[in-house]
Amino acid sequence: MNELFDHAAGFAALCFVLAMGCALVRLFIGPSAQDRVLAYDFMYINGMLTLLMLGIRSHSSVYFDMALLIAMFGFVSTIALAKFLLRGEVIEP
Amino acid sequence: MNGVELPTWAALPAAILLVIGGVLALLGALGLLRMKDFYLRMHPPTMVTTLGAGCVLIASMLVSSALRGRPVIHEVLISIFLVLSAPVTAMLLMRAAVARLKKRASRE
Repeated sequence: MNELFDHAAGFAALCFVLAMGCALVRLFIGPSAQDRVLAYDFMYINGMLTLLMLGIRSHSSVYFDMALLIAMFGFVSTIALAKFLLRGEVIEP
Repeated sequence: MNGVELPTWAALPAAILLVIGGVLALLGALGLLRMKDFYLRMHPPTMVTTLGAGCVLIASMLVSSALRGRPVIHEVLISIFLVLSAPVTAMLLMRAAVARLKKRASRE
């Protein structure tokens, strides 16, 4: 049963890597700036999922904290980029 | 791995949930890559943020609960945070896109 579980985790890791590759292509060819921000948002979600999957696989709880940190910082940076696109300024006086 | 044997009731659903999460992530990425318009491209990553992340988080909860021998639910933190942050991100990005399109239209 553990062998099956390891194969499933490997398959999930492969899928996340391919998804990050697709998002990277969108990041480079994206016609407008908001497309690039969207692709970046998707990439950090995938990185968080990869870290969670590594935590499941290695039976360690350290990865959970890193995933939480990535979720928080990714959210903050996406909000900052979207605010910059909206107003031309991140923190308004 | 690590010489710890997972019980079947945790390993089988966790494996299925991991596979579902991976397939959802791949589908979302293909949608992000292939859709024609920015407003269409907003949709596929949302599916990954909610459903795919939910699947992986439930799998993580199952495995850590089975290993510790007691219910471990601290992964709920990440899911609550994602549920709170995903609509805010989507709304701000959409408003930025609409404002930029309007600005470009008024310039021409």
